[in-house]
Amino acid sequence: MLELKLADYKAEKQPDWCPGCGDYGILSALQMALFELRKDPSQTVVFSGIGCSAKTPHYLNVYGVHTLHGRVLPVAQGAKLANPHLTVVAVGGDGDGLGIGAGHFVAAGRRNVDMLYILYDNEVYGLTKGQAGPTLGLGEKTKSLPKPNPQGRINPLLLAFAAGYTWIARGYAYDVKGLKELIKEGIQHPGLAFLHVLQPCPTYNDLHTKEWFAPRLYRLQEEGYDPLVPEGLTPEELDRKMAQFQEKAVEWGERIPTGVFWKAQLPTFEERLKAYLPRYPEVYPALGQREPLDLEGLLQEFAL
Amino acid sequence: MDEFTWRVGGPQGGGIETAATLFARAVAKGGWWVATKREYHSNIMGRHSYLDVRLSRKPVQAFREKVDFLVALDGETLVRHLEEVRPGGVLLYDPRVLDLTVHKLPMLDHRVAEDLSRRLGRLDPSLKEVLQVYVEAGVQPLPYPFEEVADRIGAGLGVPSLQARRTLNTIAVAASLRLLGFPLEPLAEALALQFRGKVLELNRQVAEAVYREEVPKLPFSLHLNGWGPGRVYLTGAQAAALGKLAGGLRFQTYYPISPATDESTYLEAHTAFQGADVAVVQTEDEIAAVTMAVGAALTGAKAATATSGPGFSLMAEGMGFAGMIEAPLVVTLYQRGGPSTGLPTRTEQGDLMFALRGGHGEYPRLVLASGDIQDAFLDAQKALAWAWRYQTVVVHLLDKFLASMAQSLPKEALRVLSLDGEKRVSPRAEGFGPYHRYAPSEDGISPFVPLGTPGGFYWMTSDEHDLEGHITEDPVLREMQMEKRMQKLLTARKEIPLEDQYTLYRDGEVLVLGWGTVKGTLLEALESLPGVGYLHLRLLWPFPEIAHLLEGKRLVTVEHNYSGQLADLVQQETLKRVHHRVVKYNGRPITLDEAVEALLAVRSGQAPERLVLRKGV
Repeated sequence: MLELKLADYKAEKQPDWCPGCGDYGILSALQMALFELRKDPSQTVVFSGIGCSAKTPHYLNVYGVHTLHGRVLPVAQGAKLANPHLTVVAVGGDGDGLGIGAGHFVAAGRRNVDMLYILYDNEVYGLTKGQAGPTLGLGEKTKSLPKPNPQGRINPLLLAFAAGYTWIARGYAYDVKGLKELIKEGIQHPGLAFLHVLQPCPTYNDLHTKEWFAPRLYRLQEEGYDPLVPEGLTPEELDRKMAQFQEKAVEWGERIPTGVFWKAQLPTFEERLKAYLPRYPEVYPALGQREPLDLEGLLQEFAL
Repeated sequence: MDEFTWRVGGPQGGGIETAATLFARAVAKGGWWVATKREYHSNIMGRHSYLDVRLSRKPVQAFREKVDFLVALDGETLVRHLEEVRPGGVLLYDPRVLDLTVHKLPMLDHRVAEDLSRRLGRLDPSLKEVLQVYVEAGVQPLPYPFEEVADRIGAGLGVPSLQARRTLNTIAVAASLRLLGFPLEPLAEALALQFRGKVLELNRQVAEAVYREEVPKLPFSLHLNGWGPGRVYLTGAQAAALGKLAGGLRFQTYYPISPATDESTYLEAHTAFQGADVAVVQTEDEIAAVTMAVGAALTGAKAATATSGPGFSLMAEGMGFAGMIEAPLVVTLYQRGGPSTGLPTRTEQGDLMFALRGGHGEYPRLVLASGDIQDAFLDAQKALAWAWRYQTVVVHLLDKFLASMAQSLPKEALRVLSLDGEKRVSPRAEGFGPYHRYAPSEDGISPFVPLGTPGGFYWMTSDEHDLEGHITEDPVLREMQMEKRMQKLLTARKEIPLEDQYTLYRDGEVLVLGWGTVKGTLLEALESLPGVGYLHLRLLWPFPEIAHLLEGKRLVTVEHNYSGQLADLVQQETLKRVHHRVVKYNGRPITLDEAVEALLAVRSGQAPERLVLRKGV
């Protein structure tokens, strides 16, 4: 592969997001992360759901698959399992991942396929003009809503934790450098990484603006928070780790933490598949059928 | 006798499946061709279930309305199958059940109990009275105390009662075969196929003991029918799974659902065989199943999913996605009684229109339907090949009847087809660009590059897109892409050999049109219906050009649904009127006798436009 420059990861296509949209920062961070990790564009696939954020793949010079509303995770997992040598990043908004796609979000945690999922959280359905997203708080009223939100908020970090994501982090769309580092770490984490990105929507969300976020955000790692969950912890040590996670995951209001919250090691789904596909991942589905089928052998159990 | 039907009924989970397999294998070992049909409730254990084994001197895949021999392992079977044994047939039953009354059968539907009360003029008829009805219908009742026999034989072998009673299936089969005068050796061989080690030894000894007992002489008997080596006995779901393997399947997804799950669990269990190492993933729902399969297909892996009606409803979204981004995808649809949860374990062909049309917008899809177990094997291969040839969705239709039916076949029937025709750009070291994923082409098929192919990249989107795969709402590009996609249907209809589209088994003044699992029944029915022809449709979409075959014929469709969906489709596509619709929607497959009776009525000109078949237990 030729030496690629940062600009080589940028597609010709111009983003059609609103001026000041947090999506720009996330896109830049993703481009920079892929560049700094020297990812081969032909071995990298960015999948997305539907919504403003889901247009991301069109602006990147890697394989890009813009899927269905809420279905990005199953499509991405299917590709990654069929070709485990791919670097897979899935992206989508809060409505996509935690509204219509919530079932897939939870099920993905149970599998721990080796990939990164970035959730762009602006608390609203932007592309349909600002309806309440699943992360908008109960009683909150953005300027796009006729009435205060009658439904409560999902805490994405707690849900990811309950579902079994092995790497859980939060970034901020306007902190491009910090976000880039988190994306790099998430891509390199062996297992399913979940990156929750706080993202102002300047057009529809007048509650949680960049002016609102700026004084509140702080970095966990600068305060000595250690997300690592080493193997072999005693139940008491694990309890303390979980309590520490929970304390930070629910922190919201005056202070809002960013950084890595949880980092654990569990066998990936690829490793679990080995139990019944002994030659996986060396021989993987995308390679096609490498040897003729032993039909004769298979028919033996049916022979009369 | 040239043919014979043996039925065993009893509580689910009580081993009657084993009994039927054992009986089928024993008579197949004795040279008979066999087919087995299963009827069961959506229940783990306790509810009524029964199986028919029909044997014949020639290959068989249809079933009779009335059986020759019924083994009733419990009282409920006696009650439910009252009209189901032919006059002169035999009923083997446990005399202990005669102490019961109809209302003491907790799993019996009230409707059955009430019908019987009315018929016998008693509020709570006893099973003695029920037995009397059999006798009056000319059925020969043979009391056989299954559990007592088990205990007696067990005692002789020094085996405790509990263990001995686990061989009740073997006792039921051995007693049946002994009564029929069938030799013990084929049964012993069948036992060896079924059991291993100590269990085999016990079952063999039990069978031998049953054969040593005195039995009454029956007016008919079952002899050996020569020996045909090289035969296999398998179900439709197993054949479809094997066909997928033969077609190069690499990735299968599923969400548990009756009756589709058998296919996926078969695949999961056989990955150790060479060339069968398929990644099988159980997903959180059918939306994930279909979209995960699409993701896998995009990398170049032959991918498929299998489901039944409720799951197929959820898949409509993902199938449209595959159609739009032009991903090769096979959806194997095991139809069952609908709508909604419907009849989860009963058969129906009610999803034809949904398979053809389900989903929003228009995209090219191919729909093919299997008529029998051999078809299931061959069609599964074709479905995969066509999905890859046309880079779109192929729906392979089967149904519960076929999924759970087992049949003996010559091994050669399961042949691996050599089908190719994929349009792929081969990877080159210097890259595959300039490449447009959705470049126009005359046949509508743009060369495919799997994700992860070295040397380049491209985009795809479920939005309407330009040649490069970027979103567009431009009217000219929209027309171009829509026309490119839909062209694939015309290409497919031109390229797919006619023998894969339909088979005119016989022409006739009265022409029967059928699809799917009515095939075996109709083909056998035709043997006694001179002047009646049969046109079997294999490819349902794109719809084959058959109008010329229908000219001047009295047309009749036969199918398992309420409205006669094939009739509507034929009328729409050929502008020929279908004169009669024979339909059945009670969840039970059309029997040979029902089909003959209906078609006789049609041939005689006496039949109404709509004939509803209502037989079955």
